[in-house]
Amino acid sequence: MRPDSKAKIAFELNGEPVEVAFAPHKTLLEVLREDLALTGTKHGCELGECGTCTVLLDGAPVLSCLVLGLACERRRVKTVEGLAQGSRLHPLQEAFAALGAAQCGYCTPAFLLTADALLADNPSPNRDDIKQALSGNLCRCTGYIKIYEAVELAAARLRGEKAEPARESLYGRR
Amino acid sequence: MLRLPSFKYLQPKTLKEALAMKADAGPDGMYVAGGTDLYPNMKRRHQEPRTVISLMAIPELKRLEGWNVGTCVTLTELSNLPTFQHSYPAVAHAAALVSTPLLRNMGTLGGNLCLDTRCNYYDQTYEWRKAIDFCMKKDGHICWVAPSSPRCWAVSSSDVAPVAVAIGAEFLLVGPQGERVIPAGRFYHNDGINYLTKQPDEILVEVRLPAPDGWDAVYHKLRRRGSFDFPVLGVAAWVRREGGRVTDARIVLGGVASWPQEIPEAAAALRDGELGDDAIAAAAAAAYRPAKPLDNTDFDLSWRKQMTRVYVKAALEELRQRRG
Repeated sequence: MRPDSKAKIAFELNGEPVEVAFAPHKTLLEVLREDLALTGTKHGCELGECGTCTVLLDGAPVLSCLVLGLACERRRVKTVEGLAQGSRLHPLQEAFAALGAAQCGYCTPAFLLTADALLADNPSPNRDDIKQALSGNLCRCTGYIKIYEAVELAAARLRGEKAEPARESLYGRR
Repeated sequence: MLRLPSFKYLQPKTLKEALAMKADAGPDGMYVAGGTDLYPNMKRRHQEPRTVISLMAIPELKRLEGWNVGTCVTLTELSNLPTFQHSYPAVAHAAALVSTPLLRNMGTLGGNLCLDTRCNYYDQTYEWRKAIDFCMKKDGHICWVAPSSPRCWAVSSSDVAPVAVAIGAEFLLVGPQGERVIPAGRFYHNDGINYLTKQPDEILVEVRLPAPDGWDAVYHKLRRRGSFDFPVLGVAAWVRREGGRVTDARIVLGGVASWPQEIPEAAAALRDGELGDDAIAAAAAAAYRPAKPLDNTDFDLSWRKQMTRVYVKAALEELRQRRG
């Protein structure tokens, strides 16, 4: 294939088959945002230093700025657009909103997906497991505590527990 | 926005096919595994291959057979292998300390071993480098770290490489001329530009680890943050013991030279004795002297040099604790 001609691949995106044509040197991030118009996945440093462009590739969180679109042929991609079920938010999204785990919100899609992969793998992570799993995602607003609490709340709800945000998480220490 | 330059992307299914594609592409062709080193470099125009040959679809490179590890095993896979956590804790630990969980899901063992050397004046965008005038590692003639230097001082920043050298792993390379097996220590040059003895058309296929009997190794890493950062200093320490006495040892430092720097003087201080406080202090002092970090990565230069002593001591104390 000539470098300037378009490549066409098929893969599974958020549970549905897609076919897309794009310039062969494009990254998955560029293909998602520019050729599939899914702008939930954010541009950050574009060099693998911030985690903002995280998507799930075959279930594992990866940086879409460093994955070639062409490397995704016949693979499974999940973006933040694939989290909500119709108009119902994913428990992680609900918990992030309830606890103020999203402030400016730019890193939020990446945190949601990384946490989603963690909970698929380990439904009952402790605080250290969560810290470790999210240690490749930068957030400059929250100081991370709200994010950890939101993941813990969502994990409890996903396990079927009737969990509510801790009073301290909502109103601070009195 | 940082975009990749345009190139042709190939995904061979066998080693033979990959070698043929590289022969076709010539010097403008490059191999890629996880892409976490090459693609950022391509975005900054450090490397500009016209043909990129992915090694990720070659089953031979994902093989795990006994103590031989295919180089396209990801760092996440390597650090999670129960056999490795048990028999090669230093290898699993070093792999687990590379960068972030996301990058370890992508990056491979081979990629970390072949990691491009790094420097504050090199790991910058094209425009940044152009603004101060390019350095000799790419597009220029001068070393901005040591302007009168005839050589490039970019730093070996791999976490796994010092461990591979310290434990005496062997590397299997396959190229157009056939196969060769070399000790990990002979895979590197102490030169920021020409830092690998691997030829561009050779593929690093497999890492052969020594049988886990009678020796132990540890890896300690210094960096600013607990995640993301490349090592500012890495210490790999290996000892072979018989009845409490050290019969052989190797200390290898990362982040202080353009290659994993073996410190024979430190190893000599440990041989034929117990791992006592005096021997450990002597080894740490011996490692401090030849460690010559340059002002081309994070942290203050003299503090980094002082930390060599502290980290070598801590690594050896951990080895002593783990004994028996």
